[in-house]
Amino acid sequence: MSRPITLQILRYNPQNAASRPRLQSYTLDKADGMTLFIALNEIREHQDATLQFDFVCRAGICGSCAMMVNGRPRLACRTLVNELPDTVVLAPLPFFELIGDLSVNTGKWMRGMSERLQTWLHAREELPDLRRIEEKMEPEEAEAVYEMDRCIECGCCVAACGTAQMRQDFVGAVGFGKIARFRLDPRDTRTDGDYYELIGDDSGVFGCMSLLACHDVCPKSLPLQTQIAFLRRKMVSQALQPAVAQTAN
Amino acid sequence: MKTLMTDVLVVGGGLAGLRAAIGAKRRGHRVLALSLVPPKRSHSAAAQGGMQASLANVIRGQGDCEDVHFEDTVRGSDWGADQIVARMFVNTAPKAVRELAAWGTPWSRVRRGDHNVVINGEKVTLTERTEAHGLIAQRDFGGTKKWRTCHVSDGTGHAMLFTVSDQVIKHEIEVLERTEALALIHDGERCYGAVVRDLISGEIFACMAKATLIATGGAGRLYRVTTNAVICEGMGHALALETGIAPLGNMEAVQFHPTGIFPAGILVTEGCRGDGGLLRDVDGHRFMPDYEPEKKELASRDVVSRRMEEHIRKGKGIPSRFGEHLWLDITLLGKHHIEHNLREVKEICETFLGIDPARHWIPVRPAQHYTMGGVRTNPTGQSPWLTGLFAAGEAACWDLHGFNRLGGNSVAETVVAGMIVGEFMADFCDDSANTVAQPIKLAEEFVQRESAALNTLLHHPGKENAFRLCTEMQEVMTRCVGIFRSHDDLQEGVSQLQRLLQKSRDIGISGKHSGSNPELVAAYRVRRMLKLAVTIAHGALQRTESRGAHFREDFPQRNDEAWLKRTLAFWPDDRDATLPRLEYEPLDVKRMELPPGWRGYGAKDYINHPDTPARQSEIERVRNRVQTEGGDRFALQEALMPYADHLPESLRGRNERLDEPLENNP
Ligand SMILES: Cc1cc2nc3c(=O)[nH]c(=O)nc-3n(C[C@H](O)[C@H](O)[C@H](O)COP(=O)(O)OP(=O)(O)OC[C@H]3O[C@@H](n4cnc5c(N)ncnc54)[C@H](O)[C@@H]3O)c2cc1C
Repeated sequence: MSRPITLQILRYNPQNAASRPRLQSYTLDKADGMTLFIALNEIREHQDATLQFDFVCRAGICGSCAMMVNGRPRLACRTLVNELPDTVVLAPLPFFELIGDLSVNTGKWMRGMSERLQTWLHAREELPDLRRIEEKMEPEEAEAVYEMDRCIECGCCVAACGTAQMRQDFVGAVGFGKIARFRLDPRDTRTDGDYYELIGDDSGVFGCMSLLACHDVCPKSLPLQTQIAFLRRKMVSQALQPAVAQTAN
Repeated sequence: MKTLMTDVLVVGGGLAGLRAAIGAKRRGHRVLALSLVPPKRSHSAAAQGGMQASLANVIRGQGDCEDVHFEDTVRGSDWGADQIVARMFVNTAPKAVRELAAWGTPWSRVRRGDHNVVINGEKVTLTERTEAHGLIAQRDFGGTKKWRTCHVSDGTGHAMLFTVSDQVIKHEIEVLERTEALALIHDGERCYGAVVRDLISGEIFACMAKATLIATGGAGRLYRVTTNAVICEGMGHALALETGIAPLGNMEAVQFHPTGIFPAGILVTEGCRGDGGLLRDVDGHRFMPDYEPEKKELASRDVVSRRMEEHIRKGKGIPSRFGEHLWLDITLLGKHHIEHNLREVKEICETFLGIDPARHWIPVRPAQHYTMGGVRTNPTGQSPWLTGLFAAGEAACWDLHGFNRLGGNSVAETVVAGMIVGEFMADFCDDSANTVAQPIKLAEEFVQRESAALNTLLHHPGKENAFRLCTEMQEVMTRCVGIFRSHDDLQEGVSQLQRLLQKSRDIGISGKHSGSNPELVAAYRVRRMLKLAVTIAHGALQRTESRGAHFREDFPQRNDEAWLKRTLAFWPDDRDATLPRLEYEPLDVKRMELPPGWRGYGAKDYINHPDTPARQSEIERVRNRVQTEGGDRFALQEALMPYADHLPESLRGRNERLDEPLENNP
């Protein structure tokens, strides 16, 4: 009735000196509605209690469980085993620090990226009077900001990125997405000159080779392609402006 | 031994913990936060529908204010809430939404003019005011008189958490990710921080602090079917319980959400019904109006969940391989609305059910959703039993929600409590009386105790499997301590859980590795989870009445005379204990602004508290007096139950609305 699936999992525990990277196979029966979340937990419960992986919300909302599924980064919790071939290779996301098996330290990298790109609203007023009616904002503007704000920092875009594989300091599509988000936000006081300071070099927008694998793998379907292209044009025109104009803007 | 010193230790990187951290940091204190996962992955991110705050911007919210929000909250709680806390909360919620707006949260905004909505199954045209254009919009939610739920499409929690988390980064607050608090360091009277474990390296060390905050979220994973994330295991609740000194309040109050998708339990937001979605049975019949003619699908969650299960019991469920379910129908809202306002719901339906909710009905059944019980605190957020220990958010029993929380009141509570408790922790640290020398020796003892315990566990040649014990516990909780409860089931549940707790002392671990080791983690957590589970079951067994989400088939009435009181659970200081000790904390009707009555939905009969009639007449007298004196709603409120002194000074003051300009209300 139900067909078996074999998961070949790349196992390696960098903390254990004796550990060597190896592929280990686990076979279990497919079931309707079974996701990789369910499958991996079943393996841990019944076959191998030492297997490491990360899940939190198991609903595609938190971005914890990105991994390479047959070479393509995706959220494991949203991957139905019925849609996979009968043998599948699971590997941790490349680029990020490996914790063990399928678990990687995206959080640490994301915090570093956030600090570097200052991914918080630079508001006009530090402490507004909270008793007062809020500042108005056009409904479409709010929606456009939210569109980019939906990023869950899962790391899929960086794992799929050609530049990131060569440059550890590349900010990746996730970084550009953040800048695009604050650029769209009328409440942010930063100018293109300010953003240029943050991403106007090869570790930023000029490092992007426009392969745009990021766009294809984004589990939230963010419009990365358009946003990155737009950001590049803006940054190019910044680069062409005399320095005075940048600061006087 | 490694020891980190800080002023404020925040255990938990969700909305409550992070907002409190910012408050304390802004007041000049050193703050260190811990989280099991990167903070942006905390379960706050999963909140979809929205946050309640009485801004009254949309036309259906007109006339809304703190008073209405207060009444809705207290009725929702089935009078279990602390009314002082509820007042502090409703007055701060608008400030919290506005603060988040100023920090960048992309709240959905009001658009002037006509728009079509679905209300009670019918298309209705609403006209928004021109002057409201661009202000923060509200949607309808269950158990509320006005449209009060502010939202960011249906990704509210995500947007809020990212905003607050980015502010944490801006304020240079350090968050130790993948770090778990294992035990509180205390001397029986005062808390000095926590023993923590690095989940990557396995290192165990001490974080010492003047003030320690538990903001660890809920405990949904005690149940098999839950909307909660896998990290919602109640480990913060356990921190307090295991001190044996700081009790947990009302643990038997567990909320079940009407619309978990079936069978996975993943939530689809209450916003689906708020925006006009309907519940249907096997015949396609909309059944809620038969049970709840007033509020229909939008009665409070406890009521709707019970009605759904009742309807399934009557044979009206849809049979499936995994059991029975009902339908949630949002097709009538239309594709455009779903794609703009319910896009997470759409993604969830597509991915996990393979359906398009604009064309197909969604299979749903109630699932565990929210932990009303928590670390019992006073209105400042501090445990009255253990000085220096604070709690906020879902892990706390502050007690805003009593026996049932309203949708949208939880993320609101997290940021509001974060704002308030953050200030009080800062006050606490400012007070020179609290700058005692940190007892390093004590911390060492605690670290050694925890290390030894883990070491024993790791090498104990036990027979039991931690993962399987956990599954068994979840089955027992779902079967015996669910939506409908009775003496026999609960008694059975308690004995089963006691048996599992005993078994958990004999867990064996196959991988002896002390670093990143999921099996070891499961083993030490399941022991703690079982203590919480038995605390819930035992509290439910003792409470021989029905109140809010706690429903006893053998005692279907709310009984204010015997049970208008909060359950306090203490874990005995005895290695062999398998049951908590329960005490009760009475609620004082004589001081309530809103004495107990009918909720406006659900059962109409209840047993009155002897003090209720007297308090009601007193309130009438006060109301008449204030009216004759020409007093406004603020004067009346002040005369009935003054609360402003309980708020930190920086958070006092009225809230401006289009219809209530601040100039007239200084
Ligand atoms: C699917 C879903 C949808 C929801 N939708 C809504 C909604 O629309 N509106 C609403 O008002 N409410 C909603 N809620 C409820 C609301 O989201 C939560 O109650 C609230 O976000 C909890 O926030 P918190 O800060 O208390 O805890 P959480 O956000 O759960 O954070 C807990 C934190 O504690 C950390 N932690 C836990 N234990 C430890 C430990 N031992 N050591 C160190 N760190 C630890 C975790 O890593 C995490 O960072 C929803 C809940 C769910 C499950």
